[in-house]
Amino acid sequence: MALLTLSSPHTHGPNQTSRIMLTVALATLPGLIALTWFFGWGTFINVVLASLVAVASEALVLKMRGYPVSFFLKDNTALVTGVLLGLALPPLGPWWVTVIATAFAIIFAKQIYGGMGNNPFNPAMVGYALVLISFPVEMTTNWAASFQATGNAAVGFVDAMSVIFAGTQTITDAFTGATPLDHYKHLISKETSEALLQDATFNGWLNAGWEWVNLGFLAGGLFLIWRRIISWHIPVSMLAALFLCSLMFGWDEDLYTPTYLHLLSGATMLGAFFIATDPVSASTTPTGKLIYGAGIGILLFVIRTWGAYPDAVAFAVLLMNFAAPFIDAYTQPRTYGHEKARRGLKPGDK
Amino acid sequence: MTHLIQLFDFDGGIHPAENKTQSNQRPVRKAPMPEELVLPLQQHIGAPADIIVTVGDTVLKGQVIAEPHGYVSAPLHAPTSGTVTAIEDRQVPHASGLSEICIVIRPDGNDTWIEHQSLCAELGVDDCDDITNDDLIKRIRDCGIAGLGGAGFPTAVKLNTGKHTIDTLILNGAECEPYITADDMLMRERAADVIRGAQILLQIIKAERCLIGVEDNKPEAIKALEDALLLHHEEHHIDVVTIPTKYPSGGEKQLIQILTGREVPSGGIPAQVGIVCQNVGTAAAVADAVDHGVPLISRITTVTGDAVTDKGNWEVLFGTPVSHLLEISGYKPEKKERVIMGGPMMGFALPSLDLPVVKTTNCLLAPTSKELPGNNPAMACIRCGMCATACPAGLLPQQLYWFSRAEELDKAEQHNLFDCIECGACSYVCPSEIPLVQYYRHTKGAIREERAAQEKAEQARQRFEARIARQEREQAEKDAKRKARAEAAAKTQNAKKDAPAKAAPAAKAEQTAAAASNPELEKLQKQLDGAQAAKVKTQEKLEAAKQDPEQADKVAVFEAALVKTQDKIKALAKDIAAAKKAAKAAEAAGTSGASDADKGDPNSPERLKKKWEMAQGRLDTALKRLAQAEEEGSDTVEALKEGIAKQQARVDEAKAAYEKAESGDAEGAVQTEPAAPVAADLTPKIQAQKDRVEKARERLEMAKSEGLETVPALEKAVNKQLEKLAALEAQASSGEA
Repeated sequence: MALLTLSSPHTHGPNQTSRIMLTVALATLPGLIALTWFFGWGTFINVVLASLVAVASEALVLKMRGYPVSFFLKDNTALVTGVLLGLALPPLGPWWVTVIATAFAIIFAKQIYGGMGNNPFNPAMVGYALVLISFPVEMTTNWAASFQATGNAAVGFVDAMSVIFAGTQTITDAFTGATPLDHYKHLISKETSEALLQDATFNGWLNAGWEWVNLGFLAGGLFLIWRRIISWHIPVSMLAALFLCSLMFGWDEDLYTPTYLHLLSGATMLGAFFIATDPVSASTTPTGKLIYGAGIGILLFVIRTWGAYPDAVAFAVLLMNFAAPFIDAYTQPRTYGHEKARRGLKPGDK
Repeated sequence: MTHLIQLFDFDGGIHPAENKTQSNQRPVRKAPMPEELVLPLQQHIGAPADIIVTVGDTVLKGQVIAEPHGYVSAPLHAPTSGTVTAIEDRQVPHASGLSEICIVIRPDGNDTWIEHQSLCAELGVDDCDDITNDDLIKRIRDCGIAGLGGAGFPTAVKLNTGKHTIDTLILNGAECEPYITADDMLMRERAADVIRGAQILLQIIKAERCLIGVEDNKPEAIKALEDALLLHHEEHHIDVVTIPTKYPSGGEKQLIQILTGREVPSGGIPAQVGIVCQNVGTAAAVADAVDHGVPLISRITTVTGDAVTDKGNWEVLFGTPVSHLLEISGYKPEKKERVIMGGPMMGFALPSLDLPVVKTTNCLLAPTSKELPGNNPAMACIRCGMCATACPAGLLPQQLYWFSRAEELDKAEQHNLFDCIECGACSYVCPSEIPLVQYYRHTKGAIREERAAQEKAEQARQRFEARIARQEREQAEKDAKRKARAEAAAKTQNAKKDAPAKAAPAAKAEQTAAAASNPELEKLQKQLDGAQAAKVKTQEKLEAAKQDPEQADKVAVFEAALVKTQDKIKALAKDIAAAKKAAKAAEAAGTSGASDADKGDPNSPERLKKKWEMAQGRLDTALKRLAQAEEEGSDTVEALKEGIAKQQARVDEAKAAYEKAESGDAEGAVQTEPAAPVAADLTPKIQAQKDRVEKARERLEMAKSEGLETVPALEKAVNKQLEKLAALEAQASSGEA
């Protein structure tokens, strides 16, 4: 009579990695809906395409590595990477940009480092950074403009398919435009803020489409915090840092991008709640998360303001990924019964 | 209840399904007598008890069948009357699945008690308050009481708080583990005994107040305790404190934090922050022991889980087989059978059902696979940090996991792995279902092994160095003596050759030289003593630093200091040898001069005096060497002692002869004086030995409080030091006599 002898604890809570990842993917829905509503079907097609490529790449590598494919696919992490990449890429970019970014993210940024849990960098952002540097034209000229800016209706499904997969130039020209952040940054040296905001891209204040997209991601992010899937530390410190930096410089709207544009434009909310919070590559201690988030916020502002790129979530996150292990070592919490928390790791020290 | 107690919260914690209502719906029942009782000798933390019965003996209920071995140990009593049928290896309930020697008793069915009475009656006092602490603690020890909460630490040892002042007694009635209701039922049904136990414990540790912490999911128990408080008129000293239900609030450190806001220092014991913590069941057992003379022979055990039909609590005699208890509870095993001793969070799955119930068995959980599914295959860690949020000790479980997997033992230690209480909260919340606690246990074991190996190597090194140093010193001394003798002989030859007239002034000059060199020698000797004392001190500090992870960075410093001191000692020893050589030479010359002068009378008083002094000098050297040998634990101690005794005799003889010659009185021969210096010499040694005993005990306490594996070894060390002390004291008293 052999009895089961497992190590304690013998019971387990309801948490499951696969469920957590699925919830994260679903929490992007409000943002995705806003994107589709204002900017047409391009992003939706990208999300589906990227998800398929991500899962397929993951399955391929798992098979090559001799891992049980279905067991590891079930964790839904590849799905999340695909969804996030699809949301981040330009809505009307060519299909092969999405495929390259996603396949690179999964195969190189994730699996080659050892697969789930072992990647030091956020895979989605590695993929994004790769295509941003390699294909600057495709990555900057294919941003859909909201239907309010173009005066046309949002890009329909068929039009979007034909742009993405066939590169139909006439449609592209009709529906694309510079993103508000890009636009403001480049024209503020020539115009006053007041004149600039009358431009079609801004529609008096900020482009209504981008505002709703960011609010959509904010809603999804708050849902994740409420479900205790992410902690508040990284989003709050990142947004606070961005807010403070832009407040310091953006008070003069004739010189710098104003605060509300920073917060409610570009990938700010998507980055704060969905990308910076990727647990694998982020800092894990409570204090560390605050530092990590603040670092992203500051870098985001610095690159947006003085760098060559209009938006910078990918670079800011990747740079802080480098720092995460170091931050962790110096922000260990105080253990029960110890007067002080330990700082850092000294070799040979016990 | 009369006081408003401020509650504190501890970090982390989880809220697993409580599952307590299945087993706390009916009163505690007395489990029927099994066919045989199997009693392991070690049901507590510490040394196993020593068997004092033999196969075939008839024993009475409550009779001692094994006596405690050493300080941290507990005796064992027959749970019922019957016959000892076997003393043999049986599998014992331990996660290792090991077998140990057990006493097997076949009950005779009469359950005849041995004579027993309350401590008051035994001591013939009317009022329990008049009983001394020593008597109370002795009774608690004699009754074999060990912590009934789970760890099984001998209660008497825990009550011996030494130099710590205790202000608060905490009784742990939190029972935060899911499923278990043994303490709940005990508090409901034996509330008066719990309160009485608290009174006795308060009397022993001289604390001002007692806090009984009970989770708010046990309203009946709280009510019962409060009623008992009023009945005993103890509401001024004892408070029943309702604490929020959160696992692991019943962890000793966590409960202390909740009730007092204090934190037990890492690696320390609660007494260091003025607290003694006992389980409520232990308190009731203390009351039984003191008021009725009833030893610890049974306990309340919860039998629950969906694989048993009749869930509830049983009053179980120790030694009752698990299978018996399950059988009377209507156990219906599944294909994948699993029985857990303890709760689902910290209990361990039994390897077999033939194991006995022991002092720490608070629960037998027989779940169905639907109720508690076996662990799913672990997924990868995504560093989500949920474990860190759940950890009640403020650790970073995810980091510890990575270090454990990579076998980076030093990093795991730096991240305070040893502050992990293995509560399982991290594993419970882990979305990837990684068996984190299992990783930590493994890594802790690996680190302990590594430490033990290092310590062994270090000890071997020290022994070797001490031996080399001793050999060198002895050689140097021998050489010095030989040289001195040779020179003296040469001088005598010369003196004989020279004119006798020249001899006197020459001798005088030599004597002056000798006199001059003596203070020099004394000074060197003093320096040497100082250096040796410094060496001992540094060694102690080094040991302490090695034990204490906080001082880890100082180990190297102490080691360097030690080496330096040793060098100094060597140099000093050489100097002394040289000085001695000079002194000897001078002395020899002086003696030869004197002998020339008194050639005609070898028994002149001067000569005899010199003889006596020389003998005395040799004796002093021998005593010093003995002290040194003892310090190093050298095996020459016995030989040296013999030599000293002989030398002592010689000194006596010489002194007697001298005094006889001096006074011309024949009765001056009897001398009792020289024994006294020996006794006097021993006093500091005894003191030092006492210090050592104290130190060893302290270390033992620390180890015990942490539940380290080194406890038995340390215990042995304490005993050894005690033996040494006894030997010294005997020597001293014989010296005085």
